[in-house]
Parts: sequence; C-alpha cells; structure tokens
Amino acid sequence: MTFTLLAEGVVAFLLVAGGVFAFTGSLGMLQLKDFFMRLHGPTKGTTLGIGCILIASMLYFTVTQREFHVQELLITLFLFITAPVTGHMLAKTGLHMHLRFITGTRGSLPELRDEDVGQSRVARPAKARHPWRTRRKSLQMKSRQKPRLPR
Amino acid sequence: MKAMGRLLPTPTLSLVLLVVWLLLVRSIAPGQLILGAFLAVVIPQLTKGFWDPMPRVRHPLKLVRFVLVVLYDIVKANIQVSLLILSPKREPHPGFIEYPLQVKEPLTITLLANTVTMTPGTVSTNVRLDRSSLLIHVLDMEDEQALVREIHERYERPLKEIFEC
Repeated sequence: MTFTLLAEGVVAFLLVAGGVFAFTGSLGMLQLKDFFMRLHGPTKGTTLGIGCILIASMLYFTVTQREFHVQELLITLFLFITAPVTGHMLAKTGLHMHLRFITGTRGSLPELRDEDVGQSRVARPAKARHPWRTRRKSLQMKSRQKPRLPR
Repeated sequence: MKAMGRLLPTPTLSLVLLVVWLLLVRSIAPGQLILGAFLAVVIPQLTKGFWDPMPRVRHPLKLVRFVLVVLYDIVKANIQVSLLILSPKREPHPGFIEYPLQVKEPLTITLLANTVTMTPGTVSTNVRLDRSSLLIHVLDMEDEQALVREIHERYERPLKEIFEC
C-alpha cells in the first residue's frame, strides 16, 4: 500500500518535471534571439522532458500491471540517436544559408571553408510558390532585397 | 568461425536488432525469437555496404562510465539551459568555437559530436571534411580555452581510450 503510494508520488513528480522541462525547451524558441541559440532549446530541454515522462510511464505500468514494461527504452534510444543529428543538420544548414546571428556573438567566425561546401556556395533556394495563391510581385521583390547579414 | 563471420558481419548490430525486435513485439515467444533472429541476420547483410569498419570497444567498463557521465551531464545541461531561458534579466553570451579534433575514426567523431550536442549549452554545427576540427555553437560562453579543455577532458579523452588505443 505504502509502496504504491510512494510509486505514485514519484510518477507524479516525474510527470510534472518532464512537463516543465519540455515547456521551457519550447519557451526557448520564443525567448532566445537568433537561430543558432534557438536550436539549444529543442535539442536539450525536450530530451530530458520526454525522458522524464518515459521513465514515469515505465514505472507506472510496471507497478500497476505487475510486469516489466521496458519498451519505452526504445523511444529513448531512438530519440537520443535522432535529436542530436537533427540539431547538427539544422545548424549546418543555417551556416550554409548565412543565417544572421546576434552581434554579440563571440569566438571564431563560423565560416564554411570551400572544401566544406564543394565548388560553389549553396544558393538560397527560391521561395516556394503556393500551389494556387499567387503573390504580388512587389512583395516578392521586397523580401528578396532584405539585407542578409548584419556583420 | 569464418562462415560465422560471413553470416554476421557485425555481431553487435545483430544483437541490438534482436533485442529491439523483442522489445517492439513485447514477447519472447519462440516464433518471435525466430523472426527476430532472421531479421538480425538479414538486415546487417542488406546494409553491409553502408557500414564503415567498426572500431573495437577496448574498455567496456570505461564505456559504461562514459555513458553515466553523459547522462549526468544531460540532466545538468537541461537545468542550466532551462534556468537561462527562464531568467529574463540574464543575457546569454553566445559564441562559436573551433574545436580541434584529436580522434580520427568516423564513429568516434560522430559520438563526440552527438555528445557535444546533448550536453551543457553546446551544439555541434559542422565537421570539417578533413576531420581536423569541429565547429561548435555555445549558448553561453565565458572562456573559450576552458571550454575546449573541458570537452577534451570530459568527452574526447575517454572516447579515444575506449575506441582507439
């Protein structure tokens, strides 16, 4: 009886903690200033958030159904493999597309060398056209003339 | 032994596949065991061409220790990043660092880059094609040299000891 109560408490705590971490990770998308900083929220905050929730789920079903539930470990495994790779690819794409970063950025300049990109720089792809709505031409021009880099 | 080697080119991968399959179907009935074993043999055969030769794990105990250190750091990283996001006054100082790589194997570099992304305030952004350095974005950078030293001491050296000699 007391054991179940204890387990319930732990599960509740893990669920709340997981929710808080996942929420702050998402809040980072809103709060932080540039693309590269915003990457930090989803790659970390959400990982631990989901980890907490999965541990809670494992514990809950193990206690209530009295048999081992470990397939949540699979979700953790796949998440830990995929999340950093996605983050890396997003960051790399950001470098390729010369996304702006805030002016206080310290350290070495993130320049891609020629051997990293091949013969020519990857051009910014044309804006995808909506299948049936057409945009006014003037608007398109304006968005294209925006300065790309504050450097 | 040789026939075994041809049947299972990557034994660890086969074992992982079998375990993942059994976890997915949530049973250890004989039928599922046979199906899992079949998949564990066939999938590595089909994907053989994609795999680089795997370096051997030299110190399994150190690998366990490394995993525990990384798990601890993930929890720490989350709390740090959450506090940074939640405190409105404190402005983070982001920065890029060029981290000189000492490990040369593709698998070790991948593991290091993944670890860096999972741990305190750092995201790996680019690996130089000649495998000489790793470009890292840091969310809140105080001291560039200290950070490079910490990554080296905490992650790169154990990885190097585990997979290379």
